[in-house]
Amino acid sequence: MTDQENARPTIADHDTGILRLPEDVVLDPGGLGDDFGEDEPMIINMGPQHPSTHGVLRIVLELEGETVLRSKPVIGYLHTGMEKTGEELTYVQGATNVTRMDYLAPLHNELVYSLAVEELLDIEIPPRATWIRMLMCELNRISSHVMWTATNGMDLASTSMMIYGFREREMILSFFEKTTGLRMNHNYIRPGGVAADLPDGWEDDVAAIIDTIPGRLDEYDDLLTGQPIFRERCEGVGIISPELAIALGATGPILRASGVEWDLRQSMPYLFYDQVDFDVIVGTVGDTFDRYAVRLNEIRESCRIVAQILEKLPRGDYRSQDKKVTPPPRARIDESMEALIHHFKIFTRGFEVPAGEVYTAIESPRGELGCYLVSDGTNKPYRLHVRAPSFVNLQSLPALLRGGLIADAIAIISSVDPVMGEVDR
Amino acid sequence: MTDLSDLATLPSVAGQPLTTARGIVVIHPSRDAYLGVAGDLHDVGFDLCSDLCAVDYLRHPGRDLPPGVEGERFEVVVNLTSLARRQRVRIRIQVPESDPSLPSLVGLYPGTEAMEREAYDMFGIVFRGHPDLTRILMPDDWEGHPLRKDYSVGRVPVQFKEAPGPR
Repeated sequence: MTDQENARPTIADHDTGILRLPEDVVLDPGGLGDDFGEDEPMIINMGPQHPSTHGVLRIVLELEGETVLRSKPVIGYLHTGMEKTGEELTYVQGATNVTRMDYLAPLHNELVYSLAVEELLDIEIPPRATWIRMLMCELNRISSHVMWTATNGMDLASTSMMIYGFREREMILSFFEKTTGLRMNHNYIRPGGVAADLPDGWEDDVAAIIDTIPGRLDEYDDLLTGQPIFRERCEGVGIISPELAIALGATGPILRASGVEWDLRQSMPYLFYDQVDFDVIVGTVGDTFDRYAVRLNEIRESCRIVAQILEKLPRGDYRSQDKKVTPPPRARIDESMEALIHHFKIFTRGFEVPAGEVYTAIESPRGELGCYLVSDGTNKPYRLHVRAPSFVNLQSLPALLRGGLIADAIAIISSVDPVMGEVDR
Repeated sequence: MTDLSDLATLPSVAGQPLTTARGIVVIHPSRDAYLGVAGDLHDVGFDLCSDLCAVDYLRHPGRDLPPGVEGERFEVVVNLTSLARRQRVRIRIQVPESDPSLPSLVGLYPGTEAMEREAYDMFGIVFRGHPDLTRILMPDDWEGHPLRKDYSVGRVPVQFKEAPGPR
């Protein structure tokens, strides 16, 4: 190792608070023995079966009394090799795979995958399909944030919030079910467009959603935002500076809560986000309360965007008319042998994508969701890598937890909003 | 849209092969120049490391590489983002099979810690200077690196109960 390799340490371990033990030490609390005095730091294990860890996240905490000194998230319990699976599936099947990663924002996963494939294919997507994608993604953002508000409420002992959050999410999931056939894991956004047009009467459903949600958000304000106990548990807890957040690669509400105006929808617009009017919500302190406030207000902004999409959504095709990627209409299959063969070929063999590599990124509810796709010219991706925002955001957890109490740890883990399906893939 | 002409004048980037892929500048530094290139990019505002991943090109029929860059089996791909300039830049480094190692970016971008561990876990690429290069997704005692192309998908044998007899 040369001197140059370690010449630029910018942020030391003690700043980020990551717990590192020598390689031969097994993190087994049972093996630590009884000779630990009361003043010695203690290493305890939190999770993976802990109700507040939002899945199977395990955190090794080093404690001095009740104060967290260093910590280390241990992940991998949900690892199912989805990137390897992605190499075995055709591009048509791929969307079914990626949609299962972030199960609270499945449409965003499908979108980033489809955008990557379409960029390699170099095909044009009809405007209506793009607007439908935006509509569905913004509704998905609302449902994801509402779900977060619900679980966050439960973590902070506001059980009624849990029920309210799920009630609002249900409205949106019903609309998803009506449109895509499924409540989760939709496989709705596919390379080439979307799977089906919006159902009859969708305007009324969507209008009902965006008419209801803002009122409910005001109820949340009454229930949580102004409530002294809730504020006491959130304010000043788990502060992260913008510099540290950027250094640790944190994106999404964590980065914005620390005051950095960085939202890919506005910073590097994709789809038609440059044609709608919305504000990027930023915090000032970077504490747990700011992360709560950022998410709550992002729901309001998403409602604003959806209202604009309702007015702007044009008529037209909902998927590309490029024969290479789009199967023939159902009616054609009955009358044309070629159409039947064509349909069969697309769903068995798929289509071939020109060789190349591409990195696309979108703003998922949790931050920058990226997809690095390498094609070798066949009908399957050569390499499919998903940059999962939760995976990267989890690294800021030790920095957030450092110096706080164990009780704060619950609030902080919740405010990072990790979705373990996406972390472990 | 993106004016990245000034990047080529950076002392460490000058002389390294540059290509453009769909509007994104791609730098192909040698392994020795890798850290210097990343450091200079960090200094000119590419302060967010969006993504770091590895690719195993064992069975790839041929990829686009600029003249002067010889394709090796592994490739580490780093996507850097500049918040102030609203730009991205990509670094692709060739890593040979005989010595799959690379200096670590953790000192420069602490956020690459988990990403480098993932690349180590999945491809066996050793990042020199990484503070805690252990497996992250697979169990600690796992053998092999699953995303390598010579690592088969594998199957868990399905155990069917013996069919009940007629009596």
